[in-house]
Amino acid sequence: MARWTRDEMAQRVARDIPDGAVVNLGIGLPTLVANHLPADKEVVLHSENGVIGMGPAPAAGAEDYDLINAGKQPVTLLPGGCFFHHADSFAMMRGGHLDVCVLGAFQVSSTGDLANWHTGAPDAIPAVGGAMDLAIGAKKTFVMMEHTTKEGQSKIVAACTYPLTGIGCVSRIYTELAVLEVTRDGLKLIDKVAGLAFVELQKLTGVPLIH
Amino acid sequence: MIDKTFPTVHEALADVRDGATVMIGGFGTAGLPSELVDALIAQGARGLTIVNNNAGNGDTGLAALLAKKRVRKIICSFPRQADSHHFDALYRSGEIDLELVPQGNLAERIRAAGAGIGGFFTPTGYGTLLAEGKETREIDGRMYVLEAPIHADFALIKAERGDRWGNLTYRMTARNFGPVMAMAAKTTVATVHEIVELGSLDPEAVVTPGIFVQRVVRVDRVATSAGGFKQVT
Repeated sequence: MARWTRDEMAQRVARDIPDGAVVNLGIGLPTLVANHLPADKEVVLHSENGVIGMGPAPAAGAEDYDLINAGKQPVTLLPGGCFFHHADSFAMMRGGHLDVCVLGAFQVSSTGDLANWHTGAPDAIPAVGGAMDLAIGAKKTFVMMEHTTKEGQSKIVAACTYPLTGIGCVSRIYTELAVLEVTRDGLKLIDKVAGLAFVELQKLTGVPLIH
Repeated sequence: MIDKTFPTVHEALADVRDGATVMIGGFGTAGLPSELVDALIAQGARGLTIVNNNAGNGDTGLAALLAKKRVRKIICSFPRQADSHHFDALYRSGEIDLELVPQGNLAERIRAAGAGIGGFFTPTGYGTLLAEGKETREIDGRMYVLEAPIHADFALIKAERGDRWGNLTYRMTARNFGPVMAMAAKTTVATVHEIVELGSLDPEAVVTPGIFVQRVVRVDRVATSAGGFKQVT
C-alpha cells in the first residue's frame, strides 16, 4: 500500500508551518520536522527546557551539555536565540505565544482530544513531562503518528480509550497515509498519499472522514 | 556586612532536617547541582520530599539518594526514564509516593510559592487524570484547574557566577528551574563556578537577585562532555 516515509511525513508537516512561526517539536517523530524546514522560511524552534532559536546538533566533539533540548540532546544556539527559566518557557505555551507544536500520539479523537502520555496499563509508571502544557498551550497543535497500531487498529478514534492529555486541543493529524484537519463537523481530509483511494483510507480510519 | 558565601557544600546543608521538602534544580544534567545532591546524601536527612523534574537517573545523584531510601515522596513531571531503575523499584514496592505534575504546572506552582500566590487556575491538565479531585472553574468560556503553590525548606540550585549578596547568573539551558526554585524555598543554596566581587556582575544581566538566595558555594567547573564545556585549567 502507498504510504509516506517518516521523512516524507516530516516534510509534509514542515510545509504547513508558516514563515516566522515559533515552533516546538516533540520528542521522537516530530523531531524529524527540523530537518525539513525550507530555507526560504524563518522558523524559530522553542524547547521547553528554556531556549528559543535552537540550531542543529553540534559537530562531534563540540557538544556542550549546558545547551540541550527537551530530549536532553546537545543542540546549538542560532544568532538571536536566547535562554529563559522554566516558568517563562511554559508561559510561552500556556499564554498562547507559541505558534505551533508538533507532538506524537497514541490516539486522537474526531473532536481533537489527544492521548499521548500514558497507556493506562496498571503496571505502567506514568510520566507526563510537558505534554499537557504543550497540547493545550500552542495556538496550533499538530499530531504526527502512525495511522494504525501494529495490530492494525485505527489510532484515530471516536473517543480516546487511553488517558487524555488534553481535550479538543489537536488542530491537524499527520499520518503516513493522510493529513486530517479537526473541524467542528469532524475530521476533514486535507491531503492523502498518492495512489491511496479514499475508500481504502476510510476503511483504515476509525471515524467517518469528511471528503 | 552581608556574606552569603559558604566554604563547603557540607556546611551549606548542615541544617537540613528529617522530613524537609527539598527542591533540586536541573533538567538532564544541565543545571543539576550534583555537588549539593552528594552533600545531601552525606548529610543524612531522611523522610525527605524531593521536588525535581525527574526522579533520578542511573546510580548517582538523586538516584543514589532514592536508593538509600531517604526520600518519602517525590514531586516531579517525568519520573520514568530508561535509567530510572531506583525510582521504579521503590515506586513498585510502594516505598515512595509520587505526585506527578505536568512540567509547566510544576514550574508555575514553584513560582507561585515564591511570589506569594495562594493558588492559580491553569488550563493545563483539565479533563485528565492529573486534575482528578481538583477544583475547576470556567473563566471566559474556558475550563481551568486550581493548582496550589509548592513551598520548600531548601532549594538546591546550580548557577554560573555569584557574589556575596547572592546575585546569580546562569549558563545557557542550565538555568531551567533555578530562578523559580530560588524564590520558593526558605533557604536557597546555590553552587556557582565563580564568586565575584560585588559590582562585577552586570546588573542588567543578573537573573536571580540576591534577595532570593541565602547561601552561595563555589564548586569546581567540571567537564560535562568531551567537547564544549571543559575544566578551566
